[in-house]
Amino acid sequence: MTGSDLPVLLVIVPLLAAPLCLVLRRGGAAWAVALASSGYCLYAAYTLLGTVRAGGTLDYAMGGWPAPWGIAYRIDLLNAYVLLLVAAIAAVVVLYARVSAAVEIPRHQHARFYAALLLCLAGMLGITITGDAFNLFVFLEISSLSSYALISLGRDRRALTASYQYLIMGTLGATFILIGVGLLYMLTGTLNMVDIAGRIQGLAGNRTLLAAFAFLVAGIGLKLALFPLHLWLPNAYAYAPSVVTALLAGTATKVAVYVLLRFLYTVFGYDLAFADAFLHYLLAALAVVGLLVASTVAIFQDDVKRMLAYSSVAQIGYTVLGISLLNQTGLTAALVHLFNHGLMKTALFLALGCVFYRLGSVCLDDLRGLGRQMPWTLAAFVAGGLSLIGVPLTVGFISKWYLVLAALELGWWPVAVVVLGGSLLSVIYIGRVVEVAYMQPRPAGAERVREAPLGLLLPTWALVAATFWFGIDTGLTLGTAGEIAGQLFGGGR
Amino acid sequence: MSGALLPWLVALPLLAVPAIVALDRWPNAREAASLLAGLLLFALVVTLWPEVSSGARPAWTLVEPLPGIALALRAEPLGLLLALVASLLWVVTTVYAIGYMRGHHEQNQTRFYAFFAIAIASTMGAAFAANLVTLFVFYEILTLSTFPLVTHAGTDAARRGGRTYLGLLMATSIGLLLLAIVWTWQLTGTTEFTPGGILAGHAGPGTLGVLYALFLFGIGKAALMPFHRWLPAAMVAPTPVSALLHAVAVVKVGVFSVLKVSVYVFGLDLLSVSGASTLMTYVAGATVLIASLVALRQDNLKRRLAYSTVSQLGYVVLGATLATAWGTVGGGAHIAMHAFGKITLFFCAGAILVAAHKTEVSQLDGIGRRMPWTLGAFAVGTLSMIGLPPAAGFVSKWYLLLGSLATEHYVVVAVLVASTLLNAAYFLPIVYAAFFRAPPPPAPGEHAHGEAPLAMVAALLFTAGLTLAMFFYPDLVLRLVRQLVGGA
Repeated sequence: MTGSDLPVLLVIVPLLAAPLCLVLRRGGAAWAVALASSGYCLYAAYTLLGTVRAGGTLDYAMGGWPAPWGIAYRIDLLNAYVLLLVAAIAAVVVLYARVSAAVEIPRHQHARFYAALLLCLAGMLGITITGDAFNLFVFLEISSLSSYALISLGRDRRALTASYQYLIMGTLGATFILIGVGLLYMLTGTLNMVDIAGRIQGLAGNRTLLAAFAFLVAGIGLKLALFPLHLWLPNAYAYAPSVVTALLAGTATKVAVYVLLRFLYTVFGYDLAFADAFLHYLLAALAVVGLLVASTVAIFQDDVKRMLAYSSVAQIGYTVLGISLLNQTGLTAALVHLFNHGLMKTALFLALGCVFYRLGSVCLDDLRGLGRQMPWTLAAFVAGGLSLIGVPLTVGFISKWYLVLAALELGWWPVAVVVLGGSLLSVIYIGRVVEVAYMQPRPAGAERVREAPLGLLLPTWALVAATFWFGIDTGLTLGTAGEIAGQLFGGGR
Repeated sequence: MSGALLPWLVALPLLAVPAIVALDRWPNAREAASLLAGLLLFALVVTLWPEVSSGARPAWTLVEPLPGIALALRAEPLGLLLALVASLLWVVTTVYAIGYMRGHHEQNQTRFYAFFAIAIASTMGAAFAANLVTLFVFYEILTLSTFPLVTHAGTDAARRGGRTYLGLLMATSIGLLLLAIVWTWQLTGTTEFTPGGILAGHAGPGTLGVLYALFLFGIGKAALMPFHRWLPAAMVAPTPVSALLHAVAVVKVGVFSVLKVSVYVFGLDLLSVSGASTLMTYVAGATVLIASLVALRQDNLKRRLAYSTVSQLGYVVLGATLATAWGTVGGGAHIAMHAFGKITLFFCAGAILVAAHKTEVSQLDGIGRRMPWTLGAFAVGTLSMIGLPPAAGFVSKWYLLLGSLATEHYVVVAVLVASTLLNAAYFLPIVYAAFFRAPPPPAPGEHAHGEAPLAMVAALLFTAGLTLAMFFYPDLVLRLVRQLVGGA
């Protein structure tokens, strides 16, 4: 087990740990396995990022078979960056899961729950690390199928329909992606992304290529929950167990953004992908409309989890907006927001998990007066909310700064206004929760609620602390994001 | 050399917060902690005075969250003036608050003192901010930390007031001010406050005009119409909050930011050459007059004071938009001069509430006979608002008049004259009624009252004294402000 095998271990460890959970059968033991393997993934991802930053792109041939025959993993800064985010979020969520799952998931399901969680993690890490288009599809299916199972574990029976809805939409998306990859294979005779990229240059205008491109972008858009393809997301987030929502919110859509970037910039390349300005305007329009509509809808939600789910759709709008601006600042903004939003939204959902743990509900009405009885939990929620608004010293500010700057660089000042207007909408929906929790008395006859246990609070606050840390010391996030944006633009042009 | 002192000025009030929270059960020790922090803070700010007066600009940098943009502090004359005023009045207000909060039996006093300290810390940070982003950071923290103070009572009215407060301040700062800051950065590649400005040569007059309007409306704390409504809404707060924050810290951070942007981002020369500030001169003038007219019609004493504040803030903005040395001196000096007078008036309003349980102007007939010290101080405060000698307000108004005459802004001259008359019209009747009208016969069950608790009366007499002293020794303030415009 030398350091050079890290890329494959990053996927293999959670993949093999999943059946181990089933074999162990006991919830506690399964949790220990999950914790150990997700901890290992975090370590591996962090080491990989360091290696890539120091020494440039890593190539790893699976089983020693070189690229055209075997599956190749190719890790540049972009993969390493997303891998670290996914692994970090997963590690924190697993740490949190033991206490939370104990009340939200039936005891006999625990081993299966951790197995599905690990499979989902393995799938997402696999999508991010692989350099093979078909392999990417396989991992996509692994992570999707396991996340359908995870969502259906929610206590509310509506979790089943939510999961089913996601299954239909997700399968459509995955099928589109598969068709796109198939067309590319037909055209080039290879599945290796770098090889595809090399062989489709000069094929501009080819109809098969155009069809492949369309299928891929639409398919990824579905997985990404890009407005108006987001319909599966609010229900899935609202009815899944708290832990699952936190994990998916912090990782699943982020990985989808990665896939979009990978196809746009590495496989098709800047010149092909944005040959005419169509995608430039389409993505920008969808992003702008999406972030305004979703933020507005969020204001009218009474279930706080659903509210945050709509906020997630809006934040995806911000990320895609950054991509659509087609300048280096915009891409930096998208990449940094990818990371930052992962941190803050997971922190918010974990804080809601604490509330759910004590109340068994996250409806706005039940939150009345909770600020006094669960001060640490609600403080974490407010801190995450400030980040969502984009108050300075939080990560949200860094993202907004770059987005606005990118829009102004392009001369699109109405877009800059929209970005800031979206912030104001989030002031309203976060403000609603704050008002209810801090300025209203507890409902008459409600029992006194105790603060959430430390097992939940510590992981939550670890992420909250991270939202402030990376809002002030931006070397890791912004530095890496800037470098990636430079690489993608340098390679694409 | 003393750059290392700057972070302590921000940290000191913050360090008081855990002490205040820990001493929850011992109110005397808790207030002692506030007082001690206040005195120490004022002493530290004073030690900066000689150095800054002699032209030194000590600086200190924390981190660089964005490449090229640091969280950094730098002492300069205007910021020092704001810090001096705010830290001195924090001590006085704490003394006053002891009397008020206990005399009025307020709940959650620990929370009150804790957020108060955070608000002072962010005021210090804003006063010494070395660039626009740092200023913005502390500006936002100030908004957020004063929100719990505004909604302190927890009633429906407080909740509504808090919504307006937070909504307007956040909407303007995120929607307009942040946009202006990013735009400035995009145009110039810096957000550093630089004497002479940074925008010269980077934008045409049209862009400058739009940018200046974005800045001035974006700084919602300066309460330019139509973004002034948060200030009357904030009057639901306990009176010490209204006194210190909404007469001194919060609004002064607002007009301070306006001056700072005018002098250090645009530069007076650029403003007067490009005419970017002309439109805003009219907005500020209109604000001065309209707010005075509205104040005339307010029966609630605190609301009348709030609209008077809106109008007085307009003076400072006028001073900035005149883009001359005299105007800037007048505006800068008015930050201090108005602070002393207005805090006195609010202190009096609170004293009347605690001692006599009266909130409306129409209830004040004859009250001067029962509370002669309080109403005497009130009279001094009104003189300062009107701008009559021997009160501090005269000095700054004098310079504003000089500035508007020098630039032949006769509209501004007319505004200043008209607003002087209006100020007299809505303040003097209160003083007249209090001293010369017969008190109404006591309602059944109403018991005779005297002065408010000693701590309150002592505080308001002290600030009234300061208001008078600033007329006789205006150089304390003026010498600092003159440095802004190169010692003119």
